[in-house]
Amino acid sequence: MNSVILRSATNLLIAVLLLFSVFLMLRGHDLPGGGFIGGLLAASAVALYAIANGHRAAVRLLRVPPQALIAWGLALGVGAGFFALLQGDPYLTGQWLIFAFAGVEWKLSSPLVFDVGVYLVVVGVVLTMVFALEER
Amino acid sequence: MLTSVLLAFAVALAAPSLAARLGARAGWVLAILPAGLTAYYASFLPRLAAGEVVDQRVAWVPQLGVELAFRMDGLAAVFALMIAGIGTAVTIYAGGYLAGDRQLPRFYPLLFSFMAAMLGVVLTDDLITLFVFWELTSLTSYFLIGYKHEYEDSRASALQALLVTGTGALAMLGGFLLLGQIAGTYRISTIVADPALLQASPWYVAAVLLVAAGALTKSAQWPFHFWLPNAMAAPTPVSAYLHSATMVKAGVYLLARMAPGLGGTPLWFGLLALAGGATILAAAALALLQRDSKRLLAYSTLIALGTLVLLIGVGTPEAIKAMVVFLFAHSLYKAPLFMVAGAVDHEAGTRDVTRLRGLGRAMPVTWAAALLAGISAAGLPPMLGFVGKELAYEGLFETPWLLAALIAASAVMLLIVVLVAWRPFAGRTLQVPRAVHGAPPSLWVGPLAIALLGTLFGFAPALLQDGLMRPAAAAVLGSPYAFDLYLWHGLTLALGLSVLTVVIGFGLVLAWPRLHPALVARFGEVRVGPVAAYAGLLKGLVAVATAQTRFLQSDDLRHHLTVIVAFAVALTGTVGIASGAFAGLALAPVFEYAYEAVLLAVIVVGVASAVRAHSRMVAITSLGVVGLGIALLFVLFAAPDLAITQFLVETLVVIIAALVLVRLPSGTLRAPDNGGVRRLAGTIAVLGGALFAGLLMAVTSYPLDRTLTAFYEAASYPEANGRNIVNVVLVDFRGIDTLGEITVLAVAATGVFALLRRARAKRADATTGSGNAAADQGGPPS
Repeated sequence: MNSVILRSATNLLIAVLLLFSVFLMLRGHDLPGGGFIGGLLAASAVALYAIANGHRAAVRLLRVPPQALIAWGLALGVGAGFFALLQGDPYLTGQWLIFAFAGVEWKLSSPLVFDVGVYLVVVGVVLTMVFALEER
Repeated sequence: MLTSVLLAFAVALAAPSLAARLGARAGWVLAILPAGLTAYYASFLPRLAAGEVVDQRVAWVPQLGVELAFRMDGLAAVFALMIAGIGTAVTIYAGGYLAGDRQLPRFYPLLFSFMAAMLGVVLTDDLITLFVFWELTSLTSYFLIGYKHEYEDSRASALQALLVTGTGALAMLGGFLLLGQIAGTYRISTIVADPALLQASPWYVAAVLLVAAGALTKSAQWPFHFWLPNAMAAPTPVSAYLHSATMVKAGVYLLARMAPGLGGTPLWFGLLALAGGATILAAAALALLQRDSKRLLAYSTLIALGTLVLLIGVGTPEAIKAMVVFLFAHSLYKAPLFMVAGAVDHEAGTRDVTRLRGLGRAMPVTWAAALLAGISAAGLPPMLGFVGKELAYEGLFETPWLLAALIAASAVMLLIVVLVAWRPFAGRTLQVPRAVHGAPPSLWVGPLAIALLGTLFGFAPALLQDGLMRPAAAAVLGSPYAFDLYLWHGLTLALGLSVLTVVIGFGLVLAWPRLHPALVARFGEVRVGPVAAYAGLLKGLVAVATAQTRFLQSDDLRHHLTVIVAFAVALTGTVGIASGAFAGLALAPVFEYAYEAVLLAVIVVGVASAVRAHSRMVAITSLGVVGLGIALLFVLFAAPDLAITQFLVETLVVIIAALVLVRLPSGTLRAPDNGGVRRLAGTIAVLGGALFAGLLMAVTSYPLDRTLTAFYEAASYPEANGRNIVNVVLVDFRGIDTLGEITVLAVAATGVFALLRRARAKRADATTGSGNAAADQGGPPS
């Protein structure tokens, strides 16, 4: 779609949208959000970018083929379960590392890794469809 | 032991990058693993000789009583040494045979995965683990037979092997479960230790038949023999390794492993003697029709497998002694023969034994390996093959008709050896389809080394006796059995029968030049029996599946949806009405606030607009309005996660639908429809809507059970450090479900991708084919 307004707005919005999608994913454990929602938002953002700037520009923006995101996402999802095995717990039991640093409480966990995997799979799946449809 | 199997899997993972980096030397370097494993397994032999058995146990699924139990006894040692030892030779050989092959990086991981899985099959002491490894060998075999996937033949053969062995394995799993139920454990060593319990069970017959179905399909016994010769579509290293020395012997292994528990009954003897005997005779007869060196060898493998099954069925100490020796001897000669046939094919360009003469001068070392292995295969002294065959004859003395079958087949074996290991090499003048190179060392080191081992053990079979053969026979018999092995037995009846075999064999060799063309002319095109049955079964299966899929999952989206919704309405509606769940429900809208009514009105208007829409774009947008209205409902009723998801999904649906729409031919929605179709669709849609409304009302008319919600509310923060219950359930409490869901998503995306790619490739073909094709198909507006 050739529209200067849409293009200019999208180029500014895309960064905010992607950042917001990561924010949604990270806060998901305590507040509305999570990997699935974040992934959908990120995919919508890239789809919007593709509509405004064309399919090729969106492919360049993503740098890797969306199929690779699916693969990495699945790998993270499967891999996150193995942290539990190291501790002798059943597969996929949540493992937490909570510590204070720079005056803030940090919570790193295997469910977070898992959620990042979900995020990547969702982005990859939606963009696989969008890109395949846009490609002529 | 577990470590050794995992190590092989690890090397399989690393193999592609290693192979790419090492280039032509990859085969030599990668062979270090199987060579090391061979040494490791050999280190168990002194303990086995002392009568020990080594156990290792690791819990796997303790809730189900499934564990990774490993056990090294004589039988496991024989197989593990064959798998690792011949694997070493095959890895080196593959490096030379497939040098420069574009797909070589794909080959090594499959080969090593197979090696790991096969080691798992023979080392595990747990039936369930055995089944998993067993299926892994079938899968890797499938990929390796189909390695040259550009060829229709390769693909069909690969599928055939997978279907035959896979179906058998399913039956076998049933048998394993029965055995587990009878014995109360899946530990193999415990199960087979109590034959009285097994054989008194009413399930004994079923268990034997099911387990045998797995073993006999895997070891290509008649009437399932036909997949093995077809599997020769695989590259030669694979034929040498999987389809002669190791994988096809997995069935033999399983039978031998189960023999102490299941064996010794008339059923066991009758089943195995029938299968083995029929395999021997069928393979010997069919071999006469062949002149492709690999197919000839495949039929000789069938003869050997039949012999092994037969000997296990007979089950006397003499027969079992013969079985273990013959098993080992066969691998030591058959693998080199395959590799030699492959080397000849590689250097001279054909496997047709009638087109090759005088190769011996060009490939002297290869010929030497061929002769050493061939003499053993023919059952002539002083090779281990001779020892094995003499013992097999002795083992069958009590069943003369089986003995006669084996003698006839051994004569054919001799003919095969002459055709593969003598005829192409002998003669002064060279006759080949193309210029011959001498084979590089990688193509002859492996076969020569293994053939030399066969010679060494032939001269001194006592070397094998204490560490391997006695423990192996003890494992199959279930009790220790002391025997001595000699090359020279004295002037015995078996020796006389060997002489008889040689006489018949050379008679066949002399007659072959006239016999073979006559037989091919008469029977060459005949397709009867199991092969025809397999083809018919497959055809019928595909026909039924196609018809059913056409009806249930038609290409026409409307038909597809109609079927799904109609079935849901019919089944759920009938049950709902019959059970009285819908009784007494009354439609009485209650609005707490005015905006709820407004929202309802928006949704109703959206639906009406979608139904009445004349263009697709209006229909999609109207549905979007409906979806957003529902999302707002979620907001009002405090389900923010659902609402956000619904908003985002609605947005994406509109984007994706728009992308699809621009590819469809333009036009209005009504044009192709007739009234009847619309009325049917409308009726089903209204019924579907009514059903779900009714279900929702029926469900909410019961008081809400808050047990689960209460649990998650209470446990979410203390146990999973999260306050958003929805997300905590998704990523933690029910993480494995989410894992399954994202896997489904990934599979769906792969399907969409493949479909759209195919559509594009088709259009590209059509465009290049004729100028107007794109317009004819209603190509996308630009």
